[in-house]
Amino acid sequence: MSGKMKIATIVAGVAVVVVLTLVFPPFRTYQLATVGAYLCVTAGLTVLTGLNGQLSLGHGALMATGAYTLALSVNAGWPLTAAFAAALVVTTVIGGVVGLAAARLRGPYLAGLTLAVAVVVPAITSTFDGTFNSDQGLSVALEPPPGTVTVEQWQAWLAWGAALIVLVLLQLLIGGRFGRELKAVRDDETAARLAGVGVARTQVLAFVVSAACAGIGGALFAVLAQSVSPGAFPLSLSLFLVMAIVIGGLGSLAGAAWGAVLLVALPALAHTVTEGIDAQRLEGNLPLALFGVTLIVVMLAAPGGIAALRPFKRSPFKRSPFTKAGLRPLRKRSKA
Amino acid sequence: MFLTFDGLSRGAVYAAFALALVLIWRATRIVNFAQGAMAVATAYAGFEVSAATGSYWLGFAVAIAAGLILGAVTERVVMRFVDHSSPLNGVVVALGLVLVIQGGLGMIFGSEFRPAEAPFSRDAFTVGGVALLSRFDLFVFAAVGIVVVLLALLFTRTHTGLRMRAAAFAPDVSRLLGVNVSGMLTLGWALAAAVGSLAGMLVLPTELGLHPNAMDIVFVSSFTAAVVGGLDSAIGSVLGGLIVGLLLSYVSGYLGATVAPIAVLILLVVVLLGRPGGLFSRSAARTV
Repeated sequence: MSGKMKIATIVAGVAVVVVLTLVFPPFRTYQLATVGAYLCVTAGLTVLTGLNGQLSLGHGALMATGAYTLALSVNAGWPLTAAFAAALVVTTVIGGVVGLAAARLRGPYLAGLTLAVAVVVPAITSTFDGTFNSDQGLSVALEPPPGTVTVEQWQAWLAWGAALIVLVLLQLLIGGRFGRELKAVRDDETAARLAGVGVARTQVLAFVVSAACAGIGGALFAVLAQSVSPGAFPLSLSLFLVMAIVIGGLGSLAGAAWGAVLLVALPALAHTVTEGIDAQRLEGNLPLALFGVTLIVVMLAAPGGIAALRPFKRSPFKRSPFTKAGLRPLRKRSKA
Repeated sequence: MFLTFDGLSRGAVYAAFALALVLIWRATRIVNFAQGAMAVATAYAGFEVSAATGSYWLGFAVAIAAGLILGAVTERVVMRFVDHSSPLNGVVVALGLVLVIQGGLGMIFGSEFRPAEAPFSRDAFTVGGVALLSRFDLFVFAAVGIVVVLLALLFTRTHTGLRMRAAAFAPDVSRLLGVNVSGMLTLGWALAAAVGSLAGMLVLPTELGLHPNAMDIVFVSSFTAAVVGGLDSAIGSVLGGLIVGLLLSYVSGYLGATVAPIAVLILLVVVLLGRPGGLFSRSAARTV
């Protein structure tokens, strides 16, 4: 698919979702909205991890940053658009700071550092509880949606509107020179540097872009839940995000979409399964275990993820000798 | 003064846990992000046995044995099949393990905190009116000290230890020379997981208690300890553990317990940016 085709696909996909919100019952619409919010985050994360090779376990924390910024600005009386802009700016700045550190780190060191960032969120909210109100969190007072639109539809449109913008911008970004630089840095830093690519600059930029997406996604979650609390951004959220992009297919926006769907569908599925039997302990824990097993199996058996499992099409990773060097899944990377 | 001893005691646990991370890192170049979850799982087993039999020591032994088995099984069933061409693969698979173990524990035991009894009193001795350290702290020092000495003896004085080091250093050559490299890897994982279980048994009574996520913070602190000391250095990880323990103790004592994780994050950032190889590393060429 050419770049224009991909953008057309994205627009068409979002249009279909918006039509669905008109016919679905409120709960399904709400789930669709959640998929849209997750999609913003997974799309950004897959660019960072899949295309640039930086693993971040801290995207849950970046989402929390976006969510808290939105909550604080909405509660300060700002209009919703300004609050989104504030969330975007703040997470971009935080992402820049983490990214500066990340650009100097590799592999497990980076994973450990971002893990520490993810773990530290509840500590920050309770240390500065005057602003963040500790474990209770903040509620987000939203103005009622215009006209006869239901709250769920309004939320879904917001989420998918944001997802549309994020996806199109990311596609434009990774379809061009920047995308090639990302892959070049991922595959061989020395070669990339010799070819005139600024390695550190590319890595920091990738982190900033990805953080901005996570911030938007987090802000959307604040809008969806109409509240923010540290409990909504636990460490497992960050792990889920990684899981989603790996299972969906690293490095492709389609994979990010699959991952976002999974993030909503698997817990819902587990919920339906455990609903009949009286099993309070299974609730919430079954999806956790399911995610884990799926993640391990996919990593060991099919590192290309769902997006690479297309029966009638050759894998996009092997399309032509030119893309071959860049678009290989992580597992097939040659030993450096 | 009390804070110092409390910090050293905590630090000893972090040291043991960091040592477990270093063991696996040196053998396989994987940072075992599932270490915390594995330790919690074995601690659950241990405390279950303790509760059923009434004997702490039986439960303690069961936890360590469960650690040995879980480590070996993890290596044999999962980690062996991870492609090592990218360092991310091992991390992602370990994260999958974390989810599986935490989900499984939650399903079996529920997500509420369970009490974890300490075998000795945690009331501190007082010398001249100043609280110093408790019997439990002494037990922690002794346990960690014995493990460190045993591991040091194993690696420097026995044939098995030599084989393990050889298998980690040059797997192909060792295999040619008749070393059972894959067996050594399994043994390494088993040992590391057992050390992790020990650390879990020692740290849980001082925290809130048993919970599927109880070791998340401990893992981050111990990872920091391992990084402070250098992931390649066993002695460094022990010293790093003590440093992190002291830092945590002073920060919680003077600034409040909620600030402690932030202090760990700051320490981690400073060390990673300043001396990514660890404070005690020898100079090493960066691999590209």
